[in-house]
Amino acid sequence: MQFMLLFSRQGKLRLQKWYVPLSDKEKKKITRELVQTVLARKPKMCSFLEWRDLKIVYKRYASLYFCCAIEDQDNELITLEIIHRYVELLDKYFGSVCELDIIFNFEKAYFILDEFLLGGEAQETSKKNVLKAIEQADLLQEVSPALAKQNVPLFVTV
Amino acid sequence: MALKIVKGSIDRMFDKNLQDLVRGIRNHKDDEAKYISTCIDEIKQELKQDNIAVKANAVCKLTYLQMLGYDVSWAAFNIVEVMSSSKFTYKRIGYLAASQCFHEGTDVIMLTTNQIRKDLSSPNQYDTGVALTGLSCFVTPDLARDLANDIMTLMSHTKPYIRKKAVLIMYKVFLKYPESLRPAFPRLKEKLEDPDPGVQSAAVNVICELARRNPKNYLSLAPLFFKLMTSSTNNWVLIKIIKLFGALTPLEPRLGKKLIEPLTNLIHSTSAMSLLYECVNTVIAVLISLSSGMPNHSASIQLCVQKLRILIEDSDQNLKYLGLLAMSKILKTHPKSVQSHKDLILQCLDDKDESIRLRALDLLYGMVSKKNLMEIVKKLMLHVDKAEGTTYRDELLTKIIDICSQSNFQYITNFEWYISILVELTRLEGTRHGHLIASQMLDVAIRVKAIRGFAVAQMATLLDNAHLLTGNTQRNGICEVLYAAAWICGEFSEHLEDPMQTLEAMLRPKVATLPGHIQAVYVQNAAKLFATVLRKHDGETESQAAQETSQLLIDRLPLFVQSANLEVQERASCILQLVKYIQKLQQKNVEVAEEVTALFAGELNPVAPKAQKKVPIPEGLDLDAWINEPPSESESEDEKPKAVFAKEEPKHSRSRHTEVDEKELARRREVRKQEQANNPFYIKASPSSQKVYDAPGVEHIPVVQIDLSVPLKVPGMPMSDQYLKLEVERRQKEKAERKKKEKKKKREKRGKERKADSGPESEEDITPAHQVDIVTEEMPENALPSDDDDKDPNDPHKALDIDLDKYVPYCRHLQFIHVLHIVYDIQGNHQDESKVVVSVIFENKSDSFLKSMEFNVLDSLNSKLQRPEGAGAHDSLTVPFQLPPGQDTHAFLFVSSVSVSIVAVCIDCFLMQSDESSTHEKLDFKLHFTCTSYLITTPCYSDAYAKLLESGDLKGSSLRLEGINMPFHHLLARICFHHHFSVVERIDSCASMYSRSIQGHHVCLLVKTTVSIDAKCDEPSLLGNVLDEIKQTFSKC
Repeated sequence: MQFMLLFSRQGKLRLQKWYVPLSDKEKKKITRELVQTVLARKPKMCSFLEWRDLKIVYKRYASLYFCCAIEDQDNELITLEIIHRYVELLDKYFGSVCELDIIFNFEKAYFILDEFLLGGEAQETSKKNVLKAIEQADLLQEVSPALAKQNVPLFVTV
Repeated sequence: MALKIVKGSIDRMFDKNLQDLVRGIRNHKDDEAKYISTCIDEIKQELKQDNIAVKANAVCKLTYLQMLGYDVSWAAFNIVEVMSSSKFTYKRIGYLAASQCFHEGTDVIMLTTNQIRKDLSSPNQYDTGVALTGLSCFVTPDLARDLANDIMTLMSHTKPYIRKKAVLIMYKVFLKYPESLRPAFPRLKEKLEDPDPGVQSAAVNVICELARRNPKNYLSLAPLFFKLMTSSTNNWVLIKIIKLFGALTPLEPRLGKKLIEPLTNLIHSTSAMSLLYECVNTVIAVLISLSSGMPNHSASIQLCVQKLRILIEDSDQNLKYLGLLAMSKILKTHPKSVQSHKDLILQCLDDKDESIRLRALDLLYGMVSKKNLMEIVKKLMLHVDKAEGTTYRDELLTKIIDICSQSNFQYITNFEWYISILVELTRLEGTRHGHLIASQMLDVAIRVKAIRGFAVAQMATLLDNAHLLTGNTQRNGICEVLYAAAWICGEFSEHLEDPMQTLEAMLRPKVATLPGHIQAVYVQNAAKLFATVLRKHDGETESQAAQETSQLLIDRLPLFVQSANLEVQERASCILQLVKYIQKLQQKNVEVAEEVTALFAGELNPVAPKAQKKVPIPEGLDLDAWINEPPSESESEDEKPKAVFAKEEPKHSRSRHTEVDEKELARRREVRKQEQANNPFYIKASPSSQKVYDAPGVEHIPVVQIDLSVPLKVPGMPMSDQYLKLEVERRQKEKAERKKKEKKKKREKRGKERKADSGPESEEDITPAHQVDIVTEEMPENALPSDDDDKDPNDPHKALDIDLDKYVPYCRHLQFIHVLHIVYDIQGNHQDESKVVVSVIFENKSDSFLKSMEFNVLDSLNSKLQRPEGAGAHDSLTVPFQLPPGQDTHAFLFVSSVSVSIVAVCIDCFLMQSDESSTHEKLDFKLHFTCTSYLITTPCYSDAYAKLLESGDLKGSSLRLEGINMPFHHLLARICFHHHFSVVERIDSCASMYSRSIQGHHVCLLVKTTVSIDAKCDEPSLLGNVLDEIKQTFSKC
């Protein structure tokens, strides 16, 4: 996987993870271009598109788009699986996750992603193990403030 | 003082945390930029505080702002500060910020090396974890070089959590520092059989990624992966392994044969679509690589096609899309199996998802044959009519043209039909592809001689109805076809029925609204038509018609002479003057037709687009050399007058071309023809496909009469359908005739063997409606046959093309003929610094099962084998595994050792020949403990380094390396990597390096670009040995 982007229906970036070294300028350009392309697609269209020499796999959960770029030989379906797995992890961690959870605790969203993927490859396929690692790491951390919730959960409206 | 602290912490209570920042940004939708700039000012204040918690909070906020697109590179140093915090909470935030904000150009990354090394060896696995995660995002070549050894050690960490991360990050390290691949590979390979499934899958991932880029180096792993594939139940791992096999099989077809069965089993059994899809893809890849001489696999192809059909029929758009995608791969080698699903593919053209329609179009491209081309194109034409949205319609248009023109019009049996299709396509409104249609028209008209008569008639109609095409010139690219039409009518005007009418159409005042380049072609070709008209009326004395034509031109051309376009203006005024002159001659009753025609005599041959590129450079010609010496730039003012008055040098060179006479030319032409005939690379005019028409006799082939039942002059009416009908009728007629003949034959052959029914029409049976000669494009003599595929020289994966089966030069090898092959490597132990670890790989070279092995190590004063607790000082160590023949495995020994030494080892091998008998062999060998094994990469800051050198405790020595020509940073990398040094400082042409032995001796090196090394150490014998070893390392390269 080359990179993963999360953005809202309004095109606001919520999370970005790059597994290839690119300059900030290039990253911004790619983000802008992809957000536009993906948002322009109709809801009934398939989740894959060819873009430059990469394949883009995206999926919408409630108001958030999860968008991954993979290489030519990579498997699209397993990438969808990865996206879904990540959403499940977020959901388990936050307890019916919503967009606001990711906005206000965006560092947590990154920590979970980093336990799940490393260098663009899935490092742990067991959900239990990922969550265990995160919980244990959290134990080392000081208590974080209570979470605010008021939005539609992501996961119910798949 | 105390008051200050209290005051400070009260201030802190009003700091914004991340949540406040996010909330603030959401509340300031109107003046977001202004709000954020005040926030950044606050953050800058916070970063100045000494309190690490405040800094971490600030860095956390910055990471968020970075995501919103703000530049935070100015805070890179603060990020490093937060990374270095001893508290996990802050370290985690620091590493997160670094992984989001750092890139190769960030200069503070240099400062992080030692911090990262410290975190990697932290007793807390989560410290190591965040360091590895962060490193995976911002690893640079320098970091990779310096930390490769540390990460390699972590690959054998006791905790699987660390092992799996270390294994995965090695891939990034390999990319940045390819030299680390070879020494790390044995350990990586060993991780394929790690007891922890996570580590195992990480190793599979990394090797799969490596092997995809350079498959040939990983063929030897195939048996191991085969075993994994048949035993693993983890779909994630299976997908990777299957993908890996897809990359390996093209290199080793035997592997493919073996794979088919387990893969088909998986296809039958799995319920996971992702795995199914991967299997189908790999089976396809395997079958492609086996495609020759494997008739038995039609069953597998059928299975794949069936499964794909299920995918395509699924209501899930994603599966439909992927099904079509995979189908197009099968199509390349097994078109027949896909063609039977034409109905399904055509159905997909009606899908509401455009990307699926486009995929289906791609498939259709490969599915056409002579038999179904017309039918498929007809369907596509229907879609063109009802397609909404110009992009999709344009895509359809290009696809239709691609489909028809592919491989030199191979599938077109009736070019009249094709021309009609092209003419119909010109009626599309607002298409961007007028140019494409035009080039097709030109191509067909030039290369298919037999069609010219028909083409010219159609083009004349187009020109006559030009107003239909030019409705809206501004955005209408379709008027490009007029360019082609005008040129075809002019160039092949001898086929025109009524050139006068066409000429009139080309000179209408409306033409002046067309784009300049089209007008220019109009004007030029009007002149050609003029010549044709004159020729037609040649011989008639005082021909009224010819004079009328001249008058027409003289009347109409002035409009073009006034054109703003230079090209048009120039051509028009030339031709106008020419016609005026001709008119004069006509009035004097002079015969002009022949001379005017001579202006446009001769035929243009099509030239291949790559022809120029393929002209080989003649021997002895250097294109980069100056023809004349370039004027020297330093020419000063006072030199110039001299040059002005310098005498002109006598010139003897004369143009060579002037003296070549006709005879010589003819001779050369003959020679060239001879050469071409003998040159296998020269593409001759007769295509080698089934269509071999006798090229020289083209002129004698009667052009088929144009079927006048086809209404040519009604522009709104699609005509291609009629061709389809005619074609079907024609084929049926032909078939019937053929059958009659066959029957006759059969009757004649009565009593002899019965011939099987001819069945459905095969490709070869369809004869083209016209005898056509498709002129091949000309290529230069000696053209090279293939394009060189230029690989990207910057591809990082190229450097990883390392043959891993070759002996690793950095480990030591011992070979006991016929029995055992041992590779060992010695490294200082990071956990316990009084020990070194000897990793040994045993490979059973014999044909027998190696039942057990025992190590006997003769302890000496300097070194001692680490034995299990309770064992006596002379007990041997049993290797805890058995070895089947041909396999290898890995073991660790711990040795306490304090100096360079040689340890005598004896291995007792019990070989099992059969169930009963077994033999016993004693193998003696020695382990050489090099100094390098005792050195541990240890960071050292430059001030500490300077102090060390000043202390005067160190003794010096130096070394010169001869014959080294590698870049300086490679040299440093080698020393770092193979001898466990780290770079303290590098200034221009020299670098200082440091390392420490496990006993705490300091070793300092000063390496200069002149490849001399000055070394200092507080233990002279160690120093001498280290230098000797460095010398050895470089003598190997």
